[in-house]
Amino acid sequence: MNFWKNITEFNKQQISKKYPESDRQNISLIEMLDKTAGKSSRRNFLKLFGYGISSALLTAACERPVKKAIPYLIEPEEVTPGKANYYASSFFDGNQYCSILLKVRDGRPIKVEGNDLSPITRGGTNSIAQASVLGLYDNARYQFPMRNKKQVSWQAIDKDITNILKKSSSSGKRKVILSSTIISPSTKKLISEFTQRFSDVEHIMYDDVSFSGMREANRLCFDRSVIPDYRFDKAGIIVSFGADFLGTWLSPVEFTKQYTSGRVPENVGENMSFHLQIESALSLTGSNADKRMVIKPSEEKYLLSQFYKYLTQRKTDSSEEVAGVNIPKVAELLLKNQGNSLIVSGSNDPEIQCLINGINYELGNYGNTINLDNPVYLKQGDDKAVSGLVERMNNGEIDTIMFYDTNPVYSLPNSDEFKTGLKKVKNRIALSTEVNETADLCEYVCPDHHMMESWNDYQPKENHYSLGQPGINNIFNTRQAQVSLLKWMGRNTDFMEYIKAYWRDNLFEKDDRFIDFRRFWNKSLQDGVFNVKNPGNKNTPALDRSVVGTIVDGTAKPGQNGIELHIYENVAVSTGKYANNPWLQELPDPISKVCWDNCASVSPSLAEEYQLDTGDVITINDGLEIPVQVQPGQEKRTISVPVGYGRTKSGKVGQGLGVNIYPLLDYSGGHRIHVRNNIEIKKTGKKYELADTQLHNSMEERDIVRSMNLEEFLELPVNDKEAHQDGHHSGEGSLYEKPEFKGHHWGMVVDLNSCIGCNACTIACNIENNIPVVGREEVKQAHEMHWIRIDRYYSGDRDNPEVLRQPVMCQHCDNAPCENVCPVQATTHSSEGINQMAYNRCIGTRYCNNNCPYKVRRFNWHDYTKADAMGGNLKDPANTTLDLPRMALNPDVTVRAKGVIEKCTFCVQRIQGGKMKAKSEGRSLQDDDIKTACQQACPADAIVFGDMNDPESKVSKKLKNKRNYHLLEHLHTLPSVTYMNEVNNKLV
Amino acid sequence: MQNNLHTESLIKGEKQNQEITEDIHKPMTGRPGKLWFMGITLSSLAALVGLIAMVLTIWQGIGLWGVNKTVGWGWSITNFVWWVGIGHAGTFISAILLLFRQKWRTSINRSAEAMTIFAVMCAGLFPLLHLGRALLFFFILPYPNTRDVWVNFNSPLVWDVFAILAYLTVSLLFWYIGMIPDLGTIRDKVKSRIKKTIYGLLSFGWTGSAKHWQRHEVLSIMLASLATPLVLSVHSIVSFDFATSVIPGWHTTIFPPYFVAGAIFSGFAMVQTLLIVTRKTLHLKDYITIYHIESMNKIIILTGSIVGVAYLTELFVAWYSTNEFELFAFVNRATGPYAAAYWTMMICNVISPQLFWFKKLRRNVIFTFIISIVINIGMWMERFVIIVTSLHRDYLPSSWTIYNPTLIEVVIFIGTLGIFFTLFLLFVRFFPVVAISEIKSVKNEKLDK
Repeated sequence: MNFWKNITEFNKQQISKKYPESDRQNISLIEMLDKTAGKSSRRNFLKLFGYGISSALLTAACERPVKKAIPYLIEPEEVTPGKANYYASSFFDGNQYCSILLKVRDGRPIKVEGNDLSPITRGGTNSIAQASVLGLYDNARYQFPMRNKKQVSWQAIDKDITNILKKSSSSGKRKVILSSTIISPSTKKLISEFTQRFSDVEHIMYDDVSFSGMREANRLCFDRSVIPDYRFDKAGIIVSFGADFLGTWLSPVEFTKQYTSGRVPENVGENMSFHLQIESALSLTGSNADKRMVIKPSEEKYLLSQFYKYLTQRKTDSSEEVAGVNIPKVAELLLKNQGNSLIVSGSNDPEIQCLINGINYELGNYGNTINLDNPVYLKQGDDKAVSGLVERMNNGEIDTIMFYDTNPVYSLPNSDEFKTGLKKVKNRIALSTEVNETADLCEYVCPDHHMMESWNDYQPKENHYSLGQPGINNIFNTRQAQVSLLKWMGRNTDFMEYIKAYWRDNLFEKDDRFIDFRRFWNKSLQDGVFNVKNPGNKNTPALDRSVVGTIVDGTAKPGQNGIELHIYENVAVSTGKYANNPWLQELPDPISKVCWDNCASVSPSLAEEYQLDTGDVITINDGLEIPVQVQPGQEKRTISVPVGYGRTKSGKVGQGLGVNIYPLLDYSGGHRIHVRNNIEIKKTGKKYELADTQLHNSMEERDIVRSMNLEEFLELPVNDKEAHQDGHHSGEGSLYEKPEFKGHHWGMVVDLNSCIGCNACTIACNIENNIPVVGREEVKQAHEMHWIRIDRYYSGDRDNPEVLRQPVMCQHCDNAPCENVCPVQATTHSSEGINQMAYNRCIGTRYCNNNCPYKVRRFNWHDYTKADAMGGNLKDPANTTLDLPRMALNPDVTVRAKGVIEKCTFCVQRIQGGKMKAKSEGRSLQDDDIKTACQQACPADAIVFGDMNDPESKVSKKLKNKRNYHLLEHLHTLPSVTYMNEVNNKLV
Repeated sequence: MQNNLHTESLIKGEKQNQEITEDIHKPMTGRPGKLWFMGITLSSLAALVGLIAMVLTIWQGIGLWGVNKTVGWGWSITNFVWWVGIGHAGTFISAILLLFRQKWRTSINRSAEAMTIFAVMCAGLFPLLHLGRALLFFFILPYPNTRDVWVNFNSPLVWDVFAILAYLTVSLLFWYIGMIPDLGTIRDKVKSRIKKTIYGLLSFGWTGSAKHWQRHEVLSIMLASLATPLVLSVHSIVSFDFATSVIPGWHTTIFPPYFVAGAIFSGFAMVQTLLIVTRKTLHLKDYITIYHIESMNKIIILTGSIVGVAYLTELFVAWYSTNEFELFAFVNRATGPYAAAYWTMMICNVISPQLFWFKKLRRNVIFTFIISIVINIGMWMERFVIIVTSLHRDYLPSSWTIYNPTLIEVVIFIGTLGIFFTLFLLFVRFFPVVAISEIKSVKNEKLDK
């Protein structure tokens, strides 16, 4: 018996048992291997020798790849290996704006989080902001400066371009900088300095999806060429004419935050906003509306003019009903809520926008829900200037053109004309980040940094500024466009210093918190945002009623009955800029659930007329060939097609996906509009299978997504389903005791009333949890891997259905059907109520997935991640397993191998991180320490996560809400995820 | 006719012991016929192609199959359950019929047992192949390991492993023990030295002494009583894979008896298929007589009727339960995208065996052969219907999908058919197809009932 006092002594004994202390020094290597070695020397020596040599040879012969991990020689002050740093920054892509935090791990940005401090996006993000990380690690970026597609040095390119700029055009030819919308005040100043320095240079802004008609309308009506600030949270009644403000229109993250905050029934009660959507295609926004009406795009103008007429004169031209909309009924409702409504339109037709302005003005919404004094600086593109430019290029009036972050060759309707004009331009310079059609036609390519590699500042609205700071050094031999411009002006300033100088000169004076610029700058940089306090309130300018009156008088009732084309922007691929982002390509459209392609949505009745079915290919105007998708809720004689596809010069992923619909854009009053009348469609007889992630659209009258009317809610806010009361909730319905969790018990509440179905959570989850991209062919086989999906169901009328949606992730059942069927205990329940997967233990029977009533488990059907032990079986259509895209992997999460099941973990790595943080700070865990990726990304605050055992946690408070229910609760799976039912405002 | 039956004997031709040995030994000594060579070429070719598809699956992943996020099990588990079912007849014949003293079993038990073993081997391939990480299949065995992880004894898949391994072991032993006296006979008959040595080893030094016979009998009875509960347990446990789940259409308490009856049903059908061919090609018509075929057909009527009643009970319970999910699962089976499979199953399994109520039909060899194939198809459809239609539309309609097998899955199934027939053809060439010693004991048996 060996008694030991403590562990040190025990260990000592263990050691001394093996090797008596006194002899240890004398034992040779061979003796240690074989005790008898000392005795029979030669024989044993030869044995060992033979063994040693052969094993050495064996191991030496099997060459293994050498992976170098080089430690820091001098460790940077801020970087602790294994610990993430968060830098406040901004996401802006020329189109949408979002204030973000960059999560940087070991010197590389791996995740985008929303910035709570921004009063605009208030911590929300959307899918494209989330997915921008992969854009940074995109192999299809321009990697070095090029002249005529050959790599050259920056010095050479600078020399050439300086010479070009120096040569002031003798024959009066002009030089043009064509850019996307620039909201950076410093960059704007820089460009204006540039145009002053080279007097023959002018700057034109161009948007792929244009809002210039709206600016024009505001100029006509109020003499201000701006886009006003909208406040959806202040509006009691929201009427949107085809504006997909929750999905893509202007500033969707901001509007989603505003919109959903006005619709939490517990907070607002009977003051819940009423949302009427009048549109042609079923949009994300329309699918959330309390009431949705379907009109043709061509009917919008007449409808609005009659509206305006009724508001001003209390009468309409002929009938009260226009395109199925009862004008007096809606107008009276609006008149009852003077100053408390908001009317918007997604059209870029200045006349329509003038009518919208008129209606809002007559309803007294200016100064309340619309503010002209805090204008939005997004979407500054000028369609007329761009059209003029094309003409001037063709006339040979332009000798130099610089493209900065823009791709008109792809997105201009008159792209061919532009290309012929471009041939006549002598010097073509592209300052682009990623490979695109326009840069491909340029002589010089001066690759720009990615947003996450550069310093920048932004002014999304008059009184709001934000900073963008890099999370990594430039990966490729690129140079920020602003630095290039400075260089060509002969200045060697660092752009960060330039921004700093701008902020010192222009913004510091607007701040009242600091007396010292250094502190102001540091604070702004830390927060990422700077907001001007107390901006002077100006009076709303008066509407020029004559402008609106003329339009009303000039608008005739539309008579045509042809098929109309409606072109829109979808949530994932946006304007086409993200065509090469596989995460976004694989993101199913929130409505159609189709990914990896665009298709023409046709109404069920039009499909009958032309004998079309989903997957049939049609031609539009005998040109474009595009597959159709039969879409409930689509206007009967309108077909809708999203832009952003059909890229001809992009990376491996984006090239040749879908069809480019930009060439079919039309103009109205010089502004690009997204409708085209009288198109002709023909069935080709060809078939094309679309990758669709949801094949069944009906809830089959099952109790899945629950909803109630506001009246019902106000009366008794309980979803009084039988199942709710028979004890499943409380755990009484079983012979077995309800499992108890002593410490934490993690839970999640998803408010279906807040969820708008934007898919930001899906992308955030993808990035956080290293979920592989499987590609179109695999999605067709229902092999997609998303851990959180948004189910979408239609009910009611097929021509205008009600849409119900529900984000579904692992429900972390306390009585989980998946756990007891796994033969190898690869999926078990943690002591904190998490249903967890041991990937290494999983042998892939898929029994758990079969037995999961929620079907949230995902299987690695192939080697999608290069993690498989066998070689030669990689299935990576999107090249995401190359070294560069792998930089975006989250090191806290295992990359799963072929043949194992995976699923939502409640972001267990974040839970552990939160606990660790609390522990190292010597305090107990707070509710805000842990936020799951989906919760963090959600712009609608629909997801709340926390400890159900903590009575003070947000999730516990939400659980007391009477709107709660469990999905399929009659199965007694005791899920840790709870849903709160939808509440619709059926005022009208 | 009636008179005829009274005078019929269990085996025909008033044979002497010597004759019986010669007759049964014949296929093993002579050069096999053209048919045998054709058969084995075809079947081993199928086995080879199947093997390639299996290797491809293990290498490339289950993604080569048509299974998806909603339907996790497709043809593979269908085939597994089907093969296990087929593997029921042999042991049923040897064990349960032995205990019930059904003498007619002696002509068919040997080949039926062989069939059982080969079927269970084919069945066993599918659970291995359908694993995402097939090479780690041993995780499912409760072996001591340094990681201190144990299997999950709550999981029906673990029960499956035990049930099937136990069944395979006992069946194999039973088959082998029963064959020992015959192996001794063959050892004495064969001329070649190599063959003599091999059969000598296999026969365990059998001399035919009274002591040997006594031990042999005791062991046979012991194994029979061991095997009897196994016949019932294997498919009961296989049915637990489904019955213990929460999926509508799977979660059914009727499954164990229903599966066992179905298994014996399909097993007998397969025995019919094989023996009708065997008795013809190996000239064993005297040993496997119309009476045998008829007896088996009677069992087919019985088990087929049980299966039919089970189908109807399921439908009734689905309606009676008023459980919307349950009801939907069955309505969907009959009217959904897989309705064709459902009605094929109904016709093949419920209607076709009822034709055997006609004496003429159940004594007709060709007709029996056709019906046996029909039942095999029907039972395969039954497994497909249970597995796929229940899964493809379960609780949340958002996840509903359609499952279609890929070529690889089809080839793997054909491959197992190839393996099965290859093994069976080798068996008829190298082992006595009929239990020589046992048949001798019943050679004078008259059928008096």
